[in-house]
Amino acid sequence: MLLIKNAKIVNADGVSDKLQDILIEDGKIVKIGVNLKADGYQSIDVAGKYASPGFIDLHAHFRQPGHEYKETIETGSKAAAKGGYTTVFCMPNTKPPIDNIALVDFVIREGKRVGLVNVYPIGAVTKGQQDEELTDMFEMHKTGCLMLSDDGKSVNNSQVMRMALQYSQMVGVLISEHCEDQLLSKSGVMNEGYFSTLLGMKGDPVVSETTIISRDIELAYYLGCRIHFAHVSTKRSVELIRRAKVDGVKVSAEACPHHFSLSDKEIKSFNTHFKVKPPLRSEVDVEAVKTGLKDGTIDCIATDHAPHSQEEKELDFDQAPSGMVGLETAFALGVTELVSKGVLTLTQLIDKMSASPARIVGLDKKGKIAEGMDADITIFDADKEWEVIAKDFASKSKNSPFIGKKLKGLVIATICNGKQTYA
Amino acid sequence: MSEWTKRHLLDVEELSKEEIEMVLDTARSFKEVSSRDVKKVPALRGKTVVMLFFEPSTRTRTSFELAAKRLSADTINIAVNTSSLSKGETILDTARNVEAMNVDAIVVRHATPGVPQIFAHNLKSSIINAGDGCRSHPTQALLDMFTIKEKLGRLEGLKVGIVGDILHSRVARSNLMGLTKMGAEVTVCGPSTLIPVEIEKLGAKVSYDVDKVIKQSDVMILLRIQKERQKDHFLPSIREYAIEFGVTTERLKQGKKELLIMHPGPMNRGVEISSDVADGEQSLILEQVTNGVAVRMAVLYLVLGAK
Repeated sequence: MLLIKNAKIVNADGVSDKLQDILIEDGKIVKIGVNLKADGYQSIDVAGKYASPGFIDLHAHFRQPGHEYKETIETGSKAAAKGGYTTVFCMPNTKPPIDNIALVDFVIREGKRVGLVNVYPIGAVTKGQQDEELTDMFEMHKTGCLMLSDDGKSVNNSQVMRMALQYSQMVGVLISEHCEDQLLSKSGVMNEGYFSTLLGMKGDPVVSETTIISRDIELAYYLGCRIHFAHVSTKRSVELIRRAKVDGVKVSAEACPHHFSLSDKEIKSFNTHFKVKPPLRSEVDVEAVKTGLKDGTIDCIATDHAPHSQEEKELDFDQAPSGMVGLETAFALGVTELVSKGVLTLTQLIDKMSASPARIVGLDKKGKIAEGMDADITIFDADKEWEVIAKDFASKSKNSPFIGKKLKGLVIATICNGKQTYA
Repeated sequence: MSEWTKRHLLDVEELSKEEIEMVLDTARSFKEVSSRDVKKVPALRGKTVVMLFFEPSTRTRTSFELAAKRLSADTINIAVNTSSLSKGETILDTARNVEAMNVDAIVVRHATPGVPQIFAHNLKSSIINAGDGCRSHPTQALLDMFTIKEKLGRLEGLKVGIVGDILHSRVARSNLMGLTKMGAEVTVCGPSTLIPVEIEKLGAKVSYDVDKVIKQSDVMILLRIQKERQKDHFLPSIREYAIEFGVTTERLKQGKKELLIMHPGPMNRGVEISSDVADGEQSLILEQVTNGVAVRMAVLYLVLGAK
């Protein structure tokens, strides 16, 4: 039981005009009002700071089981709570991949044991993420999977993808596709373009992403199925998804903070923290991703939080693994790159980080601060400037390209299921 | 420009026009040393130069080693098998270990672009790039410019054609950057699949017609075509490449009599260059090798003497 006092409540549909109190009981928001009294309750006076529905990340890597040296469900949960997240969906490219109910159950139970965020495992689409046999989707869904993905790679086999979409639709579980035609991306380590030519690096062309997006749009259109596109990074991808929505295809899409904050010119530093999949694209693509967020083509912001150890990131650019941590910088990048630059309003940012992802996966008790909703709440200061410092990360890994950067917007406290999980 | 200030040679881009001139001038005086009976000067006595090669190389490594030895430096060759590296030790660990033995310069070759930069950021030794992936090979570009200038007396205003696998060529990139900086006009030529995107923005003209390039050029640099390119779908066949892009005596008749032919080696005789062209009067291929030692002497001398 908890009372949050004097909060400026910001939901996807607007900001409260006066400071309000939020009363929480048994993990639910029971009452919102002015000058609420609750004797004997623990209370937090946030003194006029914003309270938003807790952030929801549809795309993170907690690396457990198998790669505990990069991250665990515990350290990942701490990073999430620090970043203002209350719900995190974990990709299944662990070792072994999360492709059966025993592993799904393990992730859920470990998430609950840690108890800092709602951890939802994303199940694999194909057994072992091998692009051959479908996983037992009914069973995994009943055990707690709301999403499936072979993230790390696409479902490359078009027939397998057709069956997966049809079957998952029946089950009622959403497929999130990592769009990359691996025959086209080949050994590419950065975006193919002027900078890959300048740097003599192997390029991963825009078209490796857009061919899979096109194929999946056509499959979803033909089958009448839903599909979600992970980490959309190119101008052409945004155009294809915009057109698909006009055509009534049931597509949703996410973009990552690094794809609206950084372009491929950063690779000139040879800093492997900038190596990520899909790669950082051109400035034109960065602008198009922002436009897509603004006009609603891109529904939500997901982090693709991808921790890697220092030893791995100290390898040369070709050998170093792709990915960057993101949970602890996502909100600040949203404020710095989108709100401060007039791309989104603060309420729209909250929509992209909470209400919209909740809608996409059907978490109808999340994504809004209202009576009867889950008590998942993020308290933040939208104007506070801070510097990203490596040792301050709660994540086990520190592979952030934003280290040393000054960002605006700081999470002050996080409440998950009515419990304070970060302050 | 009288004083050299760069402690490293990482690529051609970072050199000013004056600095390139200074390397070429210094190389001219060192070239004479190699023709003496006693091929040694004491310029780098007491200095240690390590050749740290993560990629196999015979020519470049030998050229650097001779250059260092003719300047009286002590030299060590370290060939690192990168496959054993991927587990455990990082490249930076290897380099730090080498440096801990108090060496003065590390000549590095690696299959990945940017490794020399990473070393330069993290180590105290002078770093000389002997080729990083498909990105840069500054001493090759410098020795090519030296060779051209020695023959033609200038670089400015010359028309240079670079023919072959431009996409995978550090020699092409470095020569393009260096030659355009010195006022030459560079046309890259090869199959469309082997021309990198947006190379025009680096100052190159692009042609798919080797005959046209022959007609307009003062100098042509031919690049090795690797057999794997056929397997990786860049080319239908090596045979077709030889027919469409191979430089032969017959083709050269269309060009200027004094058109110079260069090749960084190793050559595929009968593919990008016919034997009679390689061994013919217009060929500078062996002079490039000779000049390579002089240019690398100049680079080692300047970098290790940097103020």
